[in-house]
Amino acid sequence: METIYSVLGSILPLEAYQYNFMKNAFLAILLLTPLLGLLGTMAVNHQMAFFSDALGHSALTGIGLGIILGLRNDLVAMLIFGIIWAILICVIKQSGSASADTVISVFSSTSVAAGLLILARGGKFAKYSALLIGDILAVTPGDLLWLLLALVATLVLWALLYNSLLLTSVDSFLARSRGIKTRLVECAFVVMVAVAVMLSIRWVGVLLINALLILPAAAGRNIARSSRQHAVWSVVLALFSGIVGLTLSYYLDTSAGASIVLVSALCYAVSLAVRSFRK
Amino acid sequence: MPLHHCELCHIDLDRISVRRGGQILLQDVSMHIHCGQLTVLIGQNGAGKTTLIRALLGELPHSGLIRHVDGRGLDIPHLRTGYVPQHLQFDREMPLTVRDFMAASFTGRPVWTGVGKKTRARVDEALAAVNAEGLADLPLGRCSGGELQRVLLALAMNPSPDLLVLDEPVSGIDRNGLKMFLDTLLDLKKTHHMAILLVSHDLRFVREYADHVVLLDKSVLAQGSAAEVFASPEFSAVFGYSGEEEEAE
Repeated sequence: METIYSVLGSILPLEAYQYNFMKNAFLAILLLTPLLGLLGTMAVNHQMAFFSDALGHSALTGIGLGIILGLRNDLVAMLIFGIIWAILICVIKQSGSASADTVISVFSSTSVAAGLLILARGGKFAKYSALLIGDILAVTPGDLLWLLLALVATLVLWALLYNSLLLTSVDSFLARSRGIKTRLVECAFVVMVAVAVMLSIRWVGVLLINALLILPAAAGRNIARSSRQHAVWSVVLALFSGIVGLTLSYYLDTSAGASIVLVSALCYAVSLAVRSFRK
Repeated sequence: MPLHHCELCHIDLDRISVRRGGQILLQDVSMHIHCGQLTVLIGQNGAGKTTLIRALLGELPHSGLIRHVDGRGLDIPHLRTGYVPQHLQFDREMPLTVRDFMAASFTGRPVWTGVGKKTRARVDEALAAVNAEGLADLPLGRCSGGELQRVLLALAMNPSPDLLVLDEPVSGIDRNGLKMFLDTLLDLKKTHHMAILLVSHDLRFVREYADHVVLLDKSVLAQGSAAEVFASPEFSAVFGYSGEEEEAE
């Protein structure tokens, strides 16, 4: 870790990056934003922006249930609940009993209400309010290892599933006619998003996590013409927003998560302009 | 590409029925789809044409048997189907080129990492076979109706299917595009000698191109050559006029 710190210190000659907490945050951004950027491309293609928002909200319930069940590790509780919740939404959505956004809305509001009910017992919600806005400066080297593992695992799964997901997002019946198990593929993707969201939520916050997933991918989509360009732009914009946002937040003394999201939003605005200029 | 070894092989549908929620969508549909022939399904909206296709593709649970049989009546294991949908309901703004789309179906290598040389050549070859060279680098959402149908046909032809199923592929294409598409289809029929099942509303087209016509309304009302089916009383009952009148027009 010390070697990484000293390397970072020398390649980032800014006052902000003389502190280890900033270096940790920087490393977390390097791991987190490409992960969310890549997953985001498919979330956008599958029109799942609202879905990932609902997933973020379910983190509240996950922590709440973890407390009730006596789980000491919040992250484990969130992961388990997030995955179950994601699969449930996916299955109900696929059964086609109601339109997707209705299903998602039901799940989203239910999980927020259940989470609040548990966490705000006896007026103690203030203890958990950090969860809403996140704190990327609280990242520890141990967290970074988790993030690295998640990034590698996600990249492997992502490589295996990408083409099937792509065909499914174009036309699921056509994909099935070519032997793709579309339901399984969709559920696997949803689980990947759930894991990525739950891993990042403590640092980015329930309120902003979805923006990190969707904004760079949406901006990339405005500029890209092919799948490859979409992935590249999405990752580049996610990294750019993450690093610029984090650095600005130090000098402006603002919330890191909010700064990152605002930089992404700016990228999105520019991408819209680029797109209309091209047309 | 390998040709089928026998001119008489066919796909045998034996009493296919589909029920959903207590409703009978298809009842005892029996028919043969011969290889080297263009079989056309006709019927009113709601007659069960798309249902039959979905059953055939394994998308809908059904009773009855679907067999792939050679000239001696022996079962051929595996029926490889290629499917061309009526239209794609996809987001036309999606950053996805025709090449990405086809490569994603041909290989496991994730297309966002790029398309390898071999796959690139395979995509070009597949597109050339349906006279769609030059579409490869176009975004899929920018293709016209006719161009999209060609791309979908190229996809359905790879790997080479025993049975090619097209669900009303000619809707929403202009006259020229239509002619080109059908000529390509007939060309493929000749060179690949596969069985083709096509749903169509365009009776003039059916008369001109079909080798075998099946009139469907929950079950098979009539089947035979276009002339035979158009002259049948069932045809006039379904379409409200006889095939002869249509010809006189």
